[in-house]
Amino acid sequence: MKYLRKDRLPNIFCAGCGNGIALNTFFKGMESAEIDFDTLSLVSGIGCSSRIPGYVKCDSLHTTHGRAITFASGLKVGNPDLNVVVFTGDGDAASIGGNHLIHGARKNINITVICVNNNIYGMTGGQISPTSPEGSFGTTAPYGSRDKPFNLAELVAAAGASFVSRWTTAHPLQLSNSIKKALLNPGFSFVEVISQCPTYYGRKNKLRSPVDMINAFKENSVNIRKANKMSDEELAGKLIVGEFVNNPRKELTENVCDLSVEQCGRSLAIKSAYLDNFDD
Amino acid sequence: MTEELFVQGNEACAHGAIKAGCRFFAGYPITPSTEVAEDLAAFLPRYGGSFLQMEDEIAAIGAVIGASWSGLKAMTSTSGPGFSLMQENIGYAHITETPLVIVDVQRGGPSTGQPTMASQGDMMQLRWGSHGDYEPIAISPSSVQEFFDFTIKAFNLAEEYRVPVIIAADEVIGHMREKINIPDKVEIKKRVMPKEKPEQFDISNPYLPFKAGDNEIPPMAPFGEGYNIPVTGLTHDERGYPDSSDPIAHTKLVSRLCNKILNNREKIVSVHESFCDDADTIVISYGAPVRSVFTAVQNAREEGLKVGSIKIDTPWPFPENQILKAAETAKNLIVVEMNLGQIVHEVERVAGLADERPDVHLIPKIGGELHKPNEILSEIKKIS
Repeated sequence: MKYLRKDRLPNIFCAGCGNGIALNTFFKGMESAEIDFDTLSLVSGIGCSSRIPGYVKCDSLHTTHGRAITFASGLKVGNPDLNVVVFTGDGDAASIGGNHLIHGARKNINITVICVNNNIYGMTGGQISPTSPEGSFGTTAPYGSRDKPFNLAELVAAAGASFVSRWTTAHPLQLSNSIKKALLNPGFSFVEVISQCPTYYGRKNKLRSPVDMINAFKENSVNIRKANKMSDEELAGKLIVGEFVNNPRKELTENVCDLSVEQCGRSLAIKSAYLDNFDD
Repeated sequence: MTEELFVQGNEACAHGAIKAGCRFFAGYPITPSTEVAEDLAAFLPRYGGSFLQMEDEIAAIGAVIGASWSGLKAMTSTSGPGFSLMQENIGYAHITETPLVIVDVQRGGPSTGQPTMASQGDMMQLRWGSHGDYEPIAISPSSVQEFFDFTIKAFNLAEEYRVPVIIAADEVIGHMREKINIPDKVEIKKRVMPKEKPEQFDISNPYLPFKAGDNEIPPMAPFGEGYNIPVTGLTHDERGYPDSSDPIAHTKLVSRLCNKILNNREKIVSVHESFCDDADTIVISYGAPVRSVFTAVQNAREEGLKVGSIKIDTPWPFPENQILKAAETAKNLIVVEMNLGQIVHEVERVAGLADERPDVHLIPKIGGELHKPNEILSEIKKIS
C-alpha cells in the first residue's frame, strides 16, 4: 500500500482481474532489486493494464495507444539515471504498438516492459487481440477467432531483447523473481504475464471464474526447460513459461552516452532545459 | 562575436536548435526536412545531446515528449505525411502541456504528392490536425536567417507556454542557401521549476502539477526529482488524476489550455507591415511567397499604385487584430499562398468583422514553384 496513491482508490479493475497480481509482484520484484523509488518512472499506453501506473505514487506517463515504448525511449535517453518501466497489454504492445515493441528490443534500450497478456481487449469490451488463441471467442469473433496468434515472448526474443521471460498469474514467486532480474538487466527486458480476464475472456470462453482461469494456467503450463525436451504433439495446447532469454549486452542509452563522451568529453546534458546557459 | 555561415534553411534550423538549448532530437527521415535531422545527428553529441533515429514519425514524437519530461528541450522534424502521423501525439502534448518543437518543412500533397517540391499545404493541418479543441502556435520563416531566428523563438515560446510549437517552413526555405549571422549569445527561455521542493508537500498539502497560477501556465518539474507526477492524456484535475467523465472538469482544463494561448495572442503574434498606411490594396503572405510579394509590392509602388504588404510570421494563433486593422482601411485584401486557399479562409473570416468589408482575393499556386513577382503584380493590377 505504501507505493499506491491511496486517494485514487478504489481502482477501476474488475473483480478477479490479474492486474492486481501483476502490480503486487512488480512491487516485490522492485523491492528485491532495490530500485530507488524516486528514480522509478512508469510509462503505459492504453488499455486495462496501462491504467496500473496511475495508481503508483511515482512519476508516470499514461500515453497514447500502443506508443508507450516510444515515450519510454525518450525518457530513458533524456535521463539515463531513471529506471523506466512500461506497463502494457497484449493489444497495446503487440497490435497497434507491435512496431515499437520489436524496434525497442532490436535497439536493446535499457527499459523493462511488463506485458499483461489476457488474450483479449478488456477496456473496449472483449474484442479479440493478436494473442487470442485460434477458436477463442470475442465480441469481434462471434464464431471463434480464425487469426493466428502471436507468441510474444518468442517474437521479442527474435527481435533482440536481452532478457525475456513469461509466467502466469498462477506463478507469483517466479514472476516477481523474473521482474527483479528484468529490472537489473542492463538492456531491453520483456516480462510477459499471462493473466486472467474473467469479465470478458473467461465469460466468452467457458472459464467463468478467476479461479477456473488460474487453475487452467497451472494445469497447462510447462517450464521451457522441460518443454525443450518435449515433442510438438505433447506441447499442443500447453503454455510454455520460464526464462526465454538472459543475455546481457551493451544497450542503446550507454551507446548514446559513450558517443557524447567521445565527442565533447562529457556525458549527457541531463535536465538542461532548466539551465540559463548552453554554450560550451 | 557573430559567426557568418552560408547554409541551407534546414541547416540554419539545426544551428538555431543547438543555440536555443535543444539537447534531444528524435525523427524519421522524410524529404524535404531530412537535413535538419542529419545536421543534428552530427551536432548533438558535441553538446552532450542525444539523437535517435526512430522507426517512424509516431515513435519520433513519442520519444520527444518523453525526453521533454526527462528535462530536455527536444525537437523533431518532418514533412506533411510524417506530420499527419504525429497528430495524435501532438494532441497528447497539448493536453499534458509538454514543451517541444516540431519542424514541418512542407511539400506538395495530398498523400505522397511531391516530395521534393514546395507547398504550404499543411496550414490547416497545423491548426486542426489533432482531435479536440486546442490552440497551436506556428511560425513561418521566409528566409534562411529567419529559419535560424524562428527556431530559437519556437523553443522559447514552447517553454514559456508549455506547448508544442510548430515551425511551418516550406521546401523553398528549407533548401535555399543564404548567408546567416549566428550571434554569440541569444536570449533563452529556460524551463520553470515549481517553487517548492517535493518534501514540502504532504497529504494535507499535496503537490498539484497541473495547477496554474494567474498566467494559466503551471511550472514543470522533470521526472526523477521526487515530485511523483502522474501525467495522462485523459482529462485530468490539478493533481493530474483522470477526471474524464465530468463535463465541468473537461471544460475547465481545455478552456485553460486554449486561454493560455488566446489571452497572450498579442504577445505571441508577429506581423510586418510595409506601405500599409495609405494602401488601397494590401497583400498578405507568409513563408517563401513573402519574397515575391515584397518585389511585387515595390514594383507596384514604383508604378504609383497604393499597394501595401503584411507578412505574417505567426499564422497561428492567427493575427486577428492586425488583419482586422488592414480590413478596416483597405478596399482589397489579397492573400498569396502556395496552396488552393487555406489562410485565405481566416482572412475572409476576419474581414467579415470589418465595418466596411474589403474584397478578399486569393492568388493560389500549387505544383511546387514559387509565385513570380510579375504574376502577383499583374493580379494586383487586375484587382486594384
